[in-house]
Amino acid sequence: MQRTNILFSDFIKGLWQQNPTFRLLIGMCPTLAVTSQVQNGLAMGLATAFTLLASSIIISIFRNFIPREVRIPSYIVIIATFVTIVSLFLKANFPEVSKDLGPYVPLIIVNCLILGRQEAFASKNPVYRAIADALGMGIGFTLSLMVLASVREVLGMGTLLGHQVIFGNFRPWVIMLTPPGAFLTLGLLLGLVNIIDKAVKARKEKK
Amino acid sequence: MVKELILVFIATVLVNNFVLKYFLGICPFLGVSDKLSSAISMGFATTFVMTITAPVAWLINNYILVKFNLPFLQYVCFIIVIASLVQFVEMVIKKFFPLLHQSMGIYLPLITTNCAILFMTLQLVLKDYSLIKSMVFGFGAGVGFTLAITIMASIREELKFQDVPESLKGPGITLIIAGILALIFVGLGGLIQVK
Repeated sequence: MQRTNILFSDFIKGLWQQNPTFRLLIGMCPTLAVTSQVQNGLAMGLATAFTLLASSIIISIFRNFIPREVRIPSYIVIIATFVTIVSLFLKANFPEVSKDLGPYVPLIIVNCLILGRQEAFASKNPVYRAIADALGMGIGFTLSLMVLASVREVLGMGTLLGHQVIFGNFRPWVIMLTPPGAFLTLGLLLGLVNIIDKAVKARKEKK
Repeated sequence: MVKELILVFIATVLVNNFVLKYFLGICPFLGVSDKLSSAISMGFATTFVMTITAPVAWLINNYILVKFNLPFLQYVCFIIVIASLVQFVEMVIKKFFPLLHQSMGIYLPLITTNCAILFMTLQLVLKDYSLIKSMVFGFGAGVGFTLAITIMASIREELKFQDVPESLKGPGITLIIAGILALIFVGLGGLIQVK
């Protein structure tokens, strides 16, 4: 019973309490760059989640064999290998998505989210806990990318996943699709998350 | 030839600014920009590493990866080059310029995971630059990063005395300012037609 509890808390913390994008502010480069459309946000989220999961498993298995002095280079090489796999997979099966994400797929290697989780979690914990942690963080990352991308796509093009959602006399805010729009949206969303978090805490204290 | 190099330089610094157009190096951009002096040190360290990394990556790509037909090893090779160059630069600076090492020492290891550098090496392969052009490109990318982080740090130093809404304090307001800065750089977009 206790084991399931630990696993659950490892998993759930990535979704809100330690959400990589909105709470820890790590892995920001792809977050901002690919979220002009929900489809690209989803693809990037899943690609990152897969890399995180696979490298967490490998690193957790070999955690007692990797010498401490060379751990960071070893992690990076393991991560780079999986990113190469993801990149080739996308190129072969989803050429359009691969073209849209372009140079940001290889940048998953230096996404601090992945290296950070290896250093903070996978290298110190058994495999089953590393899997729970990687799944939680990966899903949390994917969800936050999709939230950001939905705001930008709806306001910037009036569509969601390519379907028209705003009808009538709506003129798209093209600025939302450009870099300034990305920075502004994420900044305001961070403010919103802080307000919600405060409200939740105040409610808990009342109880 | 020289004219072309100048064009590449200006295009990378202003028109295609790495931070404000491609969102690269956002982590140090948000993390190290609260003090002007540390922002400048970080900028110089990054420029330094980028200028050295560009030609090395070019040589490895053209004389090893292309020659032996190993393009799938590109990511792994480049990240190892960057990591070992950063380590090497750190050792050299520590040995010969101890004063410089004191001021930018802690920022050097962080540069390995700065995505701007990996992006830069991949771009110069993609754009098929010559060796000299790659160096100028690397240097320009570094200068662009330094420019953005210095402007940001100067604004944030003033921001300490302003009345920012409680929930936007910290990263929130920084991102909004970055948005306005990016808007300015969008305006520079028509300066040069970049291929």
